Amino acid sequence: MILSREDVSDILRVLDATDYDELHLETDRFVLRLRRTPGGWTEEHEVRGEARLLAAPAAAELQSHDQRDSGDAGEDGRRERLHPVRAPLPGVFYRAPKPGAPPFVDVGDHVEADTVVAILETMKLMNPVRAGTAGTVADFAVADSAPAVQGAVLLWLEPGGLGPGELGPGELGPGEP
Amino acid sequence: MRIRRILVANRGEIALRILRTCERLGIEAVLAASDADLDSPAARAADRVVRLGPAPPERSYLSVDAVVRAALTSGATAVHPGYGFLAENPALADACADTGLLFVGPAAAHLRALGDKLEARAAAVAAGLPVLPGGEVGNPAEAEAMLERTGLPVLVKAVGGGGGRGMRLVCHASELAGALELSMAEAGGAFGNSRVYLERYVARGRHVEVQLLADGERVLHLGERDCSVQRRYQKLLEEAPAPELPERLRSAMHEAARRLGRHLGYRSLGTVEFLVDVDRETFSFLEVNPRIQVEHPVTEATTGLDLVAEQLYVAEGRPLTLRQEDVHLSGHAVECRINAEDPDRGFAPGPGTVTGIRLPAGEGVRVDAAVQNGSAVPPYYDSLVAKLVVWGSDRATALGRLAGALDRFTVEGIPTTIPLHRRLVAHPELRRGAVDTGWLGRVLAAAGTAGTGGTAGTGGTAGTGGTAGAASPDRRGASWAAGVTTHG
Repeated sequence: MILSREDVSDILRVLDATDYDELHLETDRFVLRLRRTPGGWTEEHEVRGEARLLAAPAAAELQSHDQRDSGDAGEDGRRERLHPVRAPLPGVFYRAPKPGAPPFVDVGDHVEADTVVAILETMKLMNPVRAGTAGTVADFAVADSAPAVQGAVLLWLEPGGLGPGELGPGELGPGEP
Repeated sequence: MRIRRILVANRGEIALRILRTCERLGIEAVLAASDADLDSPAARAADRVVRLGPAPPERSYLSVDAVVRAALTSGATAVHPGYGFLAENPALADACADTGLLFVGPAAAHLRALGDKLEARAAAVAAGLPVLPGGEVGNPAEAEAMLERTGLPVLVKAVGGGGGRGMRLVCHASELAGALELSMAEAGGAFGNSRVYLERYVARGRHVEVQLLADGERVLHLGERDCSVQRRYQKLLEEAPAPELPERLRSAMHEAARRLGRHLGYRSLGTVEFLVDVDRETFSFLEVNPRIQVEHPVTEATTGLDLVAEQLYVAEGRPLTLRQEDVHLSGHAVECRINAEDPDRGFAPGPGTVTGIRLPAGEGVRVDAAVQNGSAVPPYYDSLVAKLVVWGSDRATALGRLAGALDRFTVEGIPTTIPLHRRLVAHPELRRGAVDTGWLGRVLAAAGTAGTGGTAGTGGTAGTGGTAGAASPDRRGASWAAGVTTHG
């Protein structure tokens, strides 16, 4: 299955005694490319083939990719004015600092540009997501604890100093026509 | 009981590392992979792959039920947990015992005792190891009284924690009550255990740890590792042996670690972490890491042993065939952790796709990589993508070889810490010899690349890994922008 380190060392020892500067080995199971450079050898190594899955997916519990399409935003007069807060990097979206804690913000809350509105967990690091612009939270586009790709819209803001009374919860869902 | 088929319940470089040894020993390896890892090099290399669950770790690598089910359905008789995730979680060890699976690690009782930092500290004291002055405090009055023993500054630490979380440096008595309250709240939220203790702060400390291998009766040390190059309690570069360590201290630490292992009746691989006080020339017990560690290859390079193989033998119930006098330490080894982080952008994590990777090869050079050309680096897990380990007959040779190897190491598509390692290895202070745990923070601050809140070092030290195992939907495994942690 895997070419061992000892195998590669042995091959390098053989190559070292020759004038060859490059070796390219390709089988169904692996690709190995060794190159002599002025500083020493480099190695490119790929394990090929597919994983031999033992059984059908045990629990087909699908992830809650609750990312709703924002493509129809333009159909709504108000939606055109909304400001998207996007994921600065891929990660898992959380609305609260910890489970059970109140969310950072909720629909109708007023935020400043530097208000933390959510966190994205990427590689075990909790990254605060800031509003980026002052306004009022209009809607969330991603469900709590759901993964988000980089650039995905996380939530929508109504820019400006509008008070909570201007936008009621549920009044402006992104899924609505 | 001989292991014929094993479940490797981990991912990335350590999964591949364990697979290699299994292959060599003729053990059939089944990899438990999350949906994000079904196409990883480890999944392709494994004899069989069983789907563990969705990508988020709490539903796959951190789920005791999923791991046990995967082992049972695949017909494995043993589970290797690697490091991080469930490696130090006694619940997995218990569940394995209940279902007749062999857990490759220490007894659940040892995981429990060592996961509680005060219990571990008490065991160290009972075994005659030096600890820093301090102890548990439950309220500001007790903390105030404890200052008589610790002096100032003092560190507030979480009993259930590690990796720097819940840890706070207090320089003035007036800050103590507030710091205590914050640490208790933070520890309660992060570890489900709000107990805290105080320990004397060491101004200039080195993180030196001793590798143990034990079969329940015989306890061997395999030399020490110096892991003082840290950023926010995260190790970045490790070496063996520890440079410029007085021989008196070195041998005393080896013997202290063995004494603790014997006192516990420890069985498996384990690491005893010490903090060396540079100014006082003393050492103190910090904690025990009851698992294989990220930096184990530097010990393999200086001992010539395969630590995973030794760990498997002991798990099978075989007595050690090695005696202490059979362990020969030779030369010098250094490891660089290659993380998918951008050192020039405050170490921002950089998941993505590897579009090209070229590794250094040659005498004395080893790379344990988690990725290959085309591999995805998912955002769900920690950022370690490879470890570069070099060996040389002495430290200067090893560092020279390391500099050359780093120059030949290229990764495209994701940011990595390779450029930072190139700068560190060329740094005259590192070249000269030992550095303390604050060194990297000072170097980064001077270069203006520390990132948001980059801390200069403290007397604390990295490498508690127990906390990763405690991660759950409440995000115990993750940390706030004040520092990442998982395993050491």
